[in-house]
Amino acid sequence: MALPPLDSPQWQSPWRAFAWGLRSITQTILTVVLFVTYLGIGALAHDSHFSLLWALCSTLFVWAGPAQIILITTLGSGATIIQSAIAVTVSAIRLFPMVVSVLPLMRTPATKRRELFFAAHLTAVTLWVECHRFLPQVPRERRIAFVNGLGFGLVSVCLTANTVGYFLAANLTQTLGAAILLLTPLSFLFSTARNSREVADVVALALGILLYPLAAKMNSGLDILVSGLVAGTIAYGVHWWREVRA
Amino acid sequence: MSFAQLIGDWHALAVLFVAGVVPNQIWRMLGLWFGGGIDEGSELLVWVRAVATAILAGVIAQIVVEPPGALASVPDALRYGAVGAGLVVFLLTRRSIFAGVVAGEVFMLAGKWWLG
Repeated sequence: MALPPLDSPQWQSPWRAFAWGLRSITQTILTVVLFVTYLGIGALAHDSHFSLLWALCSTLFVWAGPAQIILITTLGSGATIIQSAIAVTVSAIRLFPMVVSVLPLMRTPATKRRELFFAAHLTAVTLWVECHRFLPQVPRERRIAFVNGLGFGLVSVCLTANTVGYFLAANLTQTLGAAILLLTPLSFLFSTARNSREVADVVALALGILLYPLAAKMNSGLDILVSGLVAGTIAYGVHWWREVRA
Repeated sequence: MSFAQLIGDWHALAVLFVAGVVPNQIWRMLGLWFGGGIDEGSELLVWVRAVATAILAGVIAQIVVEPPGALASVPDALRYGAVGAGLVVFLLTRRSIFAGVVAGEVFMLAGKWWLG
């Protein structure tokens, strides 16, 4: 499926643009990655004793895979609400530069801020990547409708995946249930590694994994925050050191 | 599974709102309101991104090291081996997420089957 040319009458209706956005989810391998990831999140929610409604609400209103697994894992292993909220807040900071960089792609001089509300809510790493790929092929005045369609499609795929994963975890044999749960760490590890373009990102990922078991031994209840802050700051130090030498 | 189990209790949903929804929407809405004046390559954002990546890395490690539910039935060595095998295939296939995930899963399932 190719999008119609920029001057095509197909783009005259915002609803058509929404439909083109919706159909574009079939044009990317990231949809499959999202499906697998959210299958795992559904299973993780089940085995961490959350309800299906809870899992679906987290996908709909949080709409950030890393934040969702941080939330499920920390709350499920007995962290306090404050500890979970801090970890999620820090993980979500990266949404800020994403929103800042993606919204100008859809803005026209006549665009009102409230028209961008859903686009801002739908912004997460997958949508961010796809906007940079698809939006140059969409007329500027139809981009908000297109992005809303794309985001609506991706959210629907993830809600379906959550539901399937939840029931699979409830009904499968132990081995297959374990296989579904293993999807989460694998898909997050590799998608984060794939998105790591700079040395600081690679060091943060590798050190973050290696330092967690050490931080967990301290049993402070803040394991994730301690290992994250230390590993992230060392990674930043490596970045800084290379900049200074360069 | 009963209907009530699928819905859960309001307390858990309130926690989701406080610890999950608000911490995410704050950043998106700040981006919506104050976008434009921020330099994407600024040093502060490099540090923030590194810490955020390391927190996610810690959670990945936590799931593998202290596994929830059914994953706890898989022996330690097999879980670590599955992640290692997936990583090797991911790197060999020029960073194919799909190949890495499949390899990790196959390793774990084959190991389970072999151990009986």
